Amino acid sequence: MPELGRAALVVCFGLALYAVTAGFAGAHLRRRRLALSAQNALVAAFVAAAVATGVLLTALVRSDFTFTYVSSFTSRELPLTYKLTALWGGQEGSLLLWLLVLTGYGAAAVLLDRKAGRELVAWVVPVLGLVTAFFSMLVVFVSSPFKTHMAPDDGLGLNTSLQSPYMQAHPPMLYLGYVGLTVPFAFAMGALLSGRTDERWIVATRRWTLAAWMFLGIGQLLGAKWAYEEVGWGGYYAWDPVENAALMPWLAATAFLHSVMVQEKKGMLKVWNMLLVILAFSLSLFGTFLTRSGVLNSIHSFTESTIGPWFLGFICFVVAASLVLLFRRLPLLRAKTKLESLASREATFLYNNLLLVALCLTILWGVTFPILSEAVRGESVTVGRPYYDFFLRAFGLPLLLLMGIGPLVAWRRASLRSLGRIFVWPTVTALVAGAGLIAAGAGSSTPGLIAYTFSAFVAATIVLEFARGTQARRALSGEPIPRAFGQLVARNRRRYGGYVVHAAIVLLAIGIAGSSAYDTSRSARLAPGHSLKVRDYTLVYRGLRSTRSQNALETGATIDVYRGGNRIAVMHPGKNDYPVEQQLSNEVAIRTDWLTGEDLFLITEQINPNGTIDFKAIINPLVNLIWLAGFVFLLGSLVALWPDAREERRLAVRYGRLPQEA
Amino acid sequence: MLTAALVLGALLAVVAVWFVARPLLREGPEESLETPGEEERRRLELTEDRDRALAALKELEFDHRTGKVSDEDYRSLVGELRRAAADALRALDAGTPRSDARERT
Repeated sequence: MPELGRAALVVCFGLALYAVTAGFAGAHLRRRRLALSAQNALVAAFVAAAVATGVLLTALVRSDFTFTYVSSFTSRELPLTYKLTALWGGQEGSLLLWLLVLTGYGAAAVLLDRKAGRELVAWVVPVLGLVTAFFSMLVVFVSSPFKTHMAPDDGLGLNTSLQSPYMQAHPPMLYLGYVGLTVPFAFAMGALLSGRTDERWIVATRRWTLAAWMFLGIGQLLGAKWAYEEVGWGGYYAWDPVENAALMPWLAATAFLHSVMVQEKKGMLKVWNMLLVILAFSLSLFGTFLTRSGVLNSIHSFTESTIGPWFLGFICFVVAASLVLLFRRLPLLRAKTKLESLASREATFLYNNLLLVALCLTILWGVTFPILSEAVRGESVTVGRPYYDFFLRAFGLPLLLLMGIGPLVAWRRASLRSLGRIFVWPTVTALVAGAGLIAAGAGSSTPGLIAYTFSAFVAATIVLEFARGTQARRALSGEPIPRAFGQLVARNRRRYGGYVVHAAIVLLAIGIAGSSAYDTSRSARLAPGHSLKVRDYTLVYRGLRSTRSQNALETGATIDVYRGGNRIAVMHPGKNDYPVEQQLSNEVAIRTDWLTGEDLFLITEQINPNGTIDFKAIINPLVNLIWLAGFVFLLGSLVALWPDAREERRLAVRYGRLPQEA
Repeated sequence: MLTAALVLGALLAVVAVWFVARPLLREGPEESLETPGEEERRRLELTEDRDRALAALKELEFDHRTGKVSDEDYRSLVGELRRAAADALRALDAGTPRSDARERT
């Protein structure tokens, strides 16, 4: 029923346009019923987008190849789960998913945040409506998922690299992150449009921003895991522009989550916070543009791309309009206080912000430079790994250190004597760790050693913060340690959830430093019976074996893995041949040593007709800490996100007595 | 199939229009989207100042108890924060009816 899908999208587009016009009119003329009607239009747009998505999903499941999209991205043999995930396998479906998530967020935000003040929400609705109108316009007029044609016997199948469990979760997570940044943007613009630049918009969007940031972070880690297991080159992050596209808004949102605390505590950085929200949202649009416009494959494909120019135009409009609005409202955004000392918590947040934004902008420059170079000079230039690695070290290592310094420094100002006293233990821990690592031979990589030492420093501060907090609470209430610990976290969820996230970043830093600075790699052409030695592993190639799965012919090499004279594993790195998709995929074999967090990573780069294989073995130390960091990151984010009844009551007292809430 | 799709599409449009029009079809006089006056804005600003000062005071007490803030730093900061909180409360009370001020205290 493509007609129903098309009709639903047209209805969605109409509702979004109505939400823009009625929303602006209602807010401007202060007509409450018109504003409510615009709100309802946003909610109804979500229902329409859900109907359209339901139609496409049904067609995917039923292999209805009259839908051009279905025949382009699925085949009859494709397992059901991948038929469903083909929803985001192509551009049209991805845009539809964007629209569904966007309208879902929009409806939820206006319904759940009604308490934020009618006047503010009245101005938020047209902003959300405008973004919805843009995306629904794309799927109605430019890139429809409901195009039909004469049904072929079978579809072209799904890109084999997308046939992975990680790809079932990675894109939706990223979309929840990208699109979620629309909510803080809409509330920030609503605050500027209404002139209500008090903290309501921040209070209303705190959780939305945190949730979007969490989804973006988890989405990126799932993408890294997918790259590690599916792409088969031995790494997990290649500074690919598409990967960077998700990292940039995450960095901007990280900066915002920190600087917004300075506004809440000190009434400072109001303009900066607005700029960060605009930057994060614009980068989320830019990320979608990079991924979907085709501009990355070749600059020349840009002119042929159907959605690229639309996206670029919309990004320019968003940036220009929001900056003009911000400048017009500058008098309302004056800071109430000034930075009292360079040695204060707010100062460390400021340094952290400058480093995060600097890292974000250098990545942005690295991504856009090849595009600009080809557009202006006609020369294709590649910004490679050394550029990104340099700036990651230049900005990332000080950021890591600041993560340990910040939480220990008091707000307003701290004396040097006080600073010296509180940093004794973390500094001693870091120095001992550094000396121990040098003794253990980790001095071969200076950045790696610095990263480990700083990580030890941060880990010590986190442990100290939890220990001292629990002790203080215990002294005050006489509670047993577990209860005192639980109450400490429950009463300061954002602070201690944040510390858990810091612990995740420490694990991430150790994992990245270990796997990138201390990895070992060896390649060889092996005939059956031949062996390859990599550090303390001996790998013996026994031969090839082939099996047939639902939609692929799987050929794998049999490798016996010996360590200390004992056979500890049999691994099967190989290649899968997908006849329908006419693609060959690399299927790596990974053996994890859970005690050390190390991976033995085997790749069959080529299977030769005479039975020999071109084979590569990599040892990635501590790489599994990166995936562990994902779980810790999720835990910390959930702690910070969990509603705090006391905080809710306090805010209700602050805002609840205003006439418009009556 | 085509007819069913068109009917369902039309039904979706009709339901959407009804849902969107519902607030406009209510009986009674048009309600205005109230904008807080200057006094109300000032009151909210003072409330935020008060909350900010009280939260800072609470955090300082806790940081002092955990040993993060030294006695010397505590003494130099606590007076300012108490004054800021008292100023915000006084300013808020000055612009608020007596019963409300008592309730807040």
